[in-house]
Amino acid sequence: MYNADKVIPGIIILILFFTLPIWLNVGRLEAVPEVELPKEEKKCVESKEFMRREHMKLLDDWRIKVLRENQHVYLSGEGKNFKISLQNTCMKCHENKEKFCDKCHNFVVTHPDCWTCHIAPEVAKKWK
Amino acid sequence: MEIKRRDFLKILGLGLVGSITSANFLFRREVKAQSYIAPPEALKAKRWGMVIDIKKCVNAQPDCKLKCVEVCHKLHNVPSIPDKKKEIKWIWEDEYEHVFPEQPNEFVAKIYAHKPFILLCNQCANPPCVRVCPTQATFKREDGIVMMDYHRCIGCRFCMAACPFGARSFNWVDPRPYLAKVNPEYPTRTKGVVEKCTFCYERLAVGKIPACVESCPDKALIFGDLEDEHSEISKILKERFSIRRKAELGTDPSVFYLI
Repeated sequence: MYNADKVIPGIIILILFFTLPIWLNVGRLEAVPEVELPKEEKKCVESKEFMRREHMKLLDDWRIKVLRENQHVYLSGEGKNFKISLQNTCMKCHENKEKFCDKCHNFVVTHPDCWTCHIAPEVAKKWK
Repeated sequence: MEIKRRDFLKILGLGLVGSITSANFLFRREVKAQSYIAPPEALKAKRWGMVIDIKKCVNAQPDCKLKCVEVCHKLHNVPSIPDKKKEIKWIWEDEYEHVFPEQPNEFVAKIYAHKPFILLCNQCANPPCVRVCPTQATFKREDGIVMMDYHRCIGCRFCMAACPFGARSFNWVDPRPYLAKVNPEYPTRTKGVVEKCTFCYERLAVGKIPACVESCPDKALIFGDLEDEHSEISKILKERFSIRRKAELGTDPSVFYLI
């Protein structure tokens, strides 16, 4: 290769320049949303990992079971019973929709329209 | 190198088994024993129905001031919208002549003439609203309740056109500004969906009878299983004469009026 002593460092400098944002932010994860977890209750319906990954499917199953199949109780993997209700079960522990649901949903720009009908706890408290 | 057909097939089979097991191992999901049950305290029936004792109801109305309507609408976050064209109602009143227009009679008994009758969704056994719903947002449960699944409702209002009883209301506007007080245990509805009485399915699931029946101070409303011979409602219907709204249309209403 001609001028290898100039071309190769040039390429290296170029790569470093374009990957600069990665090197500047390595090890820093500031934008990760921080959700407010319930203070009293430590255990959700299922494990943390399951809820993180599958909560949308679980909620979808729940609404189908309650409304369409008249099955109002969920038996969890650990054998505990839960009354199926977004407002009366989920939001009894997660007392604030804005500090819990919205944190991640806004971060990933997802806007499920649960709350046009279901009443968030903070909305119920402030009702006129 | 030569390979026999037989050996080739053996190797192929082994490879297939190996890849399936490894794929299973790699993509294995948490094995869970999740299941759903109907709570044991839930009230069950083959066909829920209601009887409205008109004499008791009409006589009591000056005192009770339609407590059933008030309680139901409060419990289910039904808004009171002043504009009649946009109003939402689950249970309401109308005068005898409008409720039973097919029974014209200029000598109608005084007790019924222009007297308010209680109306609600008839929970028909052959519901026309269910037949026309394009998304199955409204459907009939096994216990006869004609349910609404607001998640699926697209607001086409076919069901409203199909219902001969005017039991359905459409949310032309966001109902929330018209709710003075809210029951935080029950959702509201949203603009663009149709709503109606659901025989308090959420109360039946916890072993309670519908709110209107429970709240009636004069026990003019009776709720029960129409297909159970020994239920209170079946006994009353056998003993006394009852009429149903527009029974000639063949929708087979489950709400009966004792005359």
